Amino acid sequence: MGPAFYVQNLLGGLAYGSLLFLIASGFTLIFGLMRIINLAQTAFYLIGAYVGLTLITHHFNFWASGLIGGITTALLGFALYSLFLHRYHADHLTSLLLTLGFTLMLDDSVLAIWGGDPHSISPPPELSSSLQFGRLVFPSYWLALIVVSLAIAAVLFVFMQRTKLGMIIRAAVDDEEMTRGLGVDVNRSFYIVFTAGALLAGLGGLLGGPITAAYPGLDGELTPLAFAVVIVGGMGSLSGALAGSMLIGLVNAFGKALFPEFSYFTIFVPVALIMALRPQGLFGRVQ
Amino acid sequence: MIARGSWKWVAIAAIGLAVVLVLPRAGVPTFYVSLFTQTWIYAIVAMSLDLLVGFTGLVSFAQSAFFGAGAYGVAIAATRFAHTDFLTGILIGLLAGAFVAAIFGLVALRAEGVGFIIITIALNQIMWGLAYQWVSMSGGDNGITGFIRPKVGPFDVSSNAGFYYVCLAFLIVMLALLVAITRSPFGLVLRGVRETPRRMRALGYNVWLYRYLAMLIAGAIAGVAGVLFAWYNQFVGPGDLDLTLSTQLLIIVILGGIGSLYGQILGAGIVVFLSNGLSALTQRWELILGAIYFIIVMYAPDGLMGVGHRIVRRMQGKSAPSPLIENQLT
Repeated sequence: MGPAFYVQNLLGGLAYGSLLFLIASGFTLIFGLMRIINLAQTAFYLIGAYVGLTLITHHFNFWASGLIGGITTALLGFALYSLFLHRYHADHLTSLLLTLGFTLMLDDSVLAIWGGDPHSISPPPELSSSLQFGRLVFPSYWLALIVVSLAIAAVLFVFMQRTKLGMIIRAAVDDEEMTRGLGVDVNRSFYIVFTAGALLAGLGGLLGGPITAAYPGLDGELTPLAFAVVIVGGMGSLSGALAGSMLIGLVNAFGKALFPEFSYFTIFVPVALIMALRPQGLFGRVQ
Repeated sequence: MIARGSWKWVAIAAIGLAVVLVLPRAGVPTFYVSLFTQTWIYAIVAMSLDLLVGFTGLVSFAQSAFFGAGAYGVAIAATRFAHTDFLTGILIGLLAGAFVAAIFGLVALRAEGVGFIIITIALNQIMWGLAYQWVSMSGGDNGITGFIRPKVGPFDVSSNAGFYYVCLAFLIVMLALLVAITRSPFGLVLRGVRETPRRMRALGYNVWLYRYLAMLIAGAIAGVAGVLFAWYNQFVGPGDLDLTLSTQLLIIVILGGIGSLYGQILGAGIVVFLSNGLSALTQRWELILGAIYFIIVMYAPDGLMGVGHRIVRRMQGKSAPSPLIENQLT
């Protein structure tokens, strides 16, 4: 286990964290704003991966396929929210069970449409090579994914800090009632955040596809990772989602390399530590 | 010591008991006998979840982890350590369920309300991951087979009818135990913790400890149900402790009526027969099951009894809005 081992897992972990961020950023904002635990986020990821994959086999460009996958899940998310969820903001359990029921339906549809076999997803041809530095070898796509994800994170941060809608969202996360009292139309931001969260997760599906592949049950495997991210980072915090994603991505990568039979279990360690020392999460605020 | 109005319920319970006692002997096909057996097992674990949801105000999505810990515990003990005795198995279930609950409680009870929900989901999935990945111990996706239903003392209960009675006996004992617990002074404190944790704290009760004890009890009972389930299937696999099962258990509790205990038997029966019936009818039964979740949480959040009550009120021309689930927890 020379330095190459550590650098390789470091990069792999950050790449994995990048795809987690695409799921968890929407998850944390949806929760922070609407108090809805949207379990369908990882199912959106899976749908995005499959839709993108299908388009690629029809000779679409990789990035365009990812975008169309994201738009598909954005439409699904918009439908789920505007038809059902918007009525159950105050009721955590109802909204959670609705997203669970929706996930069950999406999972079964995936199985019906794409079958039960795992599909591997190739990175775009220009990024399918490996980079080599001495004994260190890693796919160039890892770096690309990290860069793309950080760029999306940067856009989100600027949006949240600099635009009017971002300010409204931040205000409503802090105190929805007061924001409404000031005459701001908060409801519009609910629809936008839920749809955008679904868009990011669906986009993440194809972007992360070269790393996770696509198979039924992948969403169930990603769910605890996304949850660990928001527990570690703090619910409702975008910077928390970024830091938490990278941390969980790294723990996951090193866990898989060092304790292959317990890689899932190693996620438990940061979650337990955070709960013991800082229950509101790294970037969370005490309610 | 029975109040006048409750004679009706005693009569219903007596008739119900008579029916379920003769059921396997009355020419009912084996397939249905085994579905009833599964109903009794699911009812036990759903009642243990109801102790947390309905009486302590803890919405746990980790109940299948306790259930699965019991199931895996007894399967591993039987196949690796040749402990195949009935009582040993039950004891393993009690301890395994309580042990996992003791660990989960330490982590999850740091949070309240929705934080508790999220953490129990994560913990449940981590247990699933352990069962799925730790192939050398758990058999991974293939699970564990190669163990049989043990004798209960001198009685051979390996037949479907015999095992039906074992599970029914456990259901009755666990129901009696849970009714006793919820009516005891301890149970009253739990209700106080559910309704106004703050006031209970101010009165000097250690709210955390009561929640923790409720989790241990619920974990132990769920662990025993898991042991029965392992013997019932003579197989354990990751599906015995996944999030889908935890959700199903919560749906059972909602259908049966949150905080009703008895109702969970009805709720379990509906979920077991519905999911088995659907999977026999169509390959796309999960799709239909997902849609049924929608219908239940939107139109029957107060359980079947609540729905019946509301239909009666509407027929009398009175208003009867369906309540939110959240409002039934406090």
